[in-house]
Amino acid sequence: MTIAELLRQPSAWLAVGAVEGPVVSSRIRLARNVRDVAFPGWAGAEECERLWNRVYPVLNRLPVLQESSAMAMAEHDELERQILFERHLISREQAEKTRGSGLVLRRDESLSVMVNEEDHLRLQGMRPGLSLRAIWEDVNRLDSEIEEHLDYAFSPKLGYLTACPTNVGTGMRASVMLHLPGLVLMNEINPVIKGMGKIGLAVRGLWGEGTEATGNMFQISNQMTLGDAEEQIVNVIEQIVQELIDHERNARQRLLERKETIVRDHVGRALGILSHAHILTSKEALDLLSGLRLGIDVGILTSVDGRVVDELMLLTQPAHLQKMEAKALKPKERDRYRARLVREKLAGPARRRGDRTTE
Amino acid sequence: MQCEQCKEREATVHLTQVVDGAVKKLHLCEECAVKSGFDVHDPLSITDLLLGMGIQKPADPPASERTCPRCHMRRTDFKKTGRFGCADCYEAFAEELPPLLKAMHRSDHHTGKVPRRESARVQASAELASLQQKMDKAIASENFEEAARLRDSILACRRKLNEPEEGRTAP
Repeated sequence: MTIAELLRQPSAWLAVGAVEGPVVSSRIRLARNVRDVAFPGWAGAEECERLWNRVYPVLNRLPVLQESSAMAMAEHDELERQILFERHLISREQAEKTRGSGLVLRRDESLSVMVNEEDHLRLQGMRPGLSLRAIWEDVNRLDSEIEEHLDYAFSPKLGYLTACPTNVGTGMRASVMLHLPGLVLMNEINPVIKGMGKIGLAVRGLWGEGTEATGNMFQISNQMTLGDAEEQIVNVIEQIVQELIDHERNARQRLLERKETIVRDHVGRALGILSHAHILTSKEALDLLSGLRLGIDVGILTSVDGRVVDELMLLTQPAHLQKMEAKALKPKERDRYRARLVREKLAGPARRRGDRTTE
Repeated sequence: MQCEQCKEREATVHLTQVVDGAVKKLHLCEECAVKSGFDVHDPLSITDLLLGMGIQKPADPPASERTCPRCHMRRTDFKKTGRFGCADCYEAFAEELPPLLKAMHRSDHHTGKVPRRESARVQASAELASLQQKMDKAIASENFEEAARLRDSILACRRKLNEPEEGRTAP
């Protein structure tokens, strides 16, 4: 599979039109290392390359990863690596790496393994909606298949040994991507974020660590990996997210009751700007698309197809945009191309949200 | 009191050693004590004494120069990056871990998934923890005979844990 082929399908983290409401998608990643090999950050490039060459044929053949393809980072240019990052298939850290680092990816993007990121292996499962339990089943199976072929670094007391002690134990980070415009517009998001910290959950922006919540998107994930079993971690997050969904729904309802005109104005302006702007930064685009998503979710925007909004969230990202235009663009040029793309997509044949079919 | 070694700094470490049956007192500043290989912050526990590991151990290099025997990462490298060099670093820098794990995690013990080929080792490790608990109890109630018996079981269990498992094959 090539990057160009990837572009033709919806991303697993944003399966177009698959979900309505506050939950966008769920993700689980497991950090694993091979016994007796230095961790990628400390091993030399040659050692990393040896591990990649040893590991990818194993991964490629696993039953659960059929059909899959292996992509050595060194064989892809910066733009293509950036696309993988925008699709949440590799981390920012890995997008900057080349020699010895790679990705093995199931065709539908729902299961993948990053090789030689911070750890030798980062197994990842992604699905739309709130589906951590199902993803844990997938990833657990992938993990069990891998351990038949590779001897993991494991300690009876500390569990799976990882490069960074923040991941030791289960090596598991389970996260849910949420769209929370209601809480943001009601000015209730900050106490929620603080509360999450108190119960050991981290809140991050759309692109993970250290990013702000562009487009009112928030990722909720567990911070602790040692002490609780995987199922416990998953259950706690699912429960908390369920509560958050109720909060968000409640906030949206109150917004409509008390500030209906303001919400309609917010949504209408978003549509107005997106439909007519000629210059759009990616942050502005995401923030405005969030407005459309909200309008569709609460039923005050019926002229725009939710699938178009989801699709645009991904396609307006810098690397996707450039790959589609098939040329490198300077940031200012990108803003013009982005605006054109958004105008065209929104002007396209608008379908009602209700009569979609599964992609 | 002046340090007996450098004769410059104030002596803050006061050691009592038993050398050939004679009690010898030593007064050192912290720097000289570390240089001489005394672990200033680790008074020996009775369990260690009972296990025969408590004999003065100036063999360990000072913590600041500790290096992982497998990957040669130094303690200072770890301090700088916050990442270990290899799985063996968890052993090599074991004394760094408790405060880190306490700050980061809910507990210091894994309760989740265990790789299939590790399950025997995990069982032995659980057994070890239980034996150790029993021995501590025996010591507390001055039942040294029982404690000595438990010590032997613990040592056997430790040997089992350190030995490479049978049937493990290099992939």
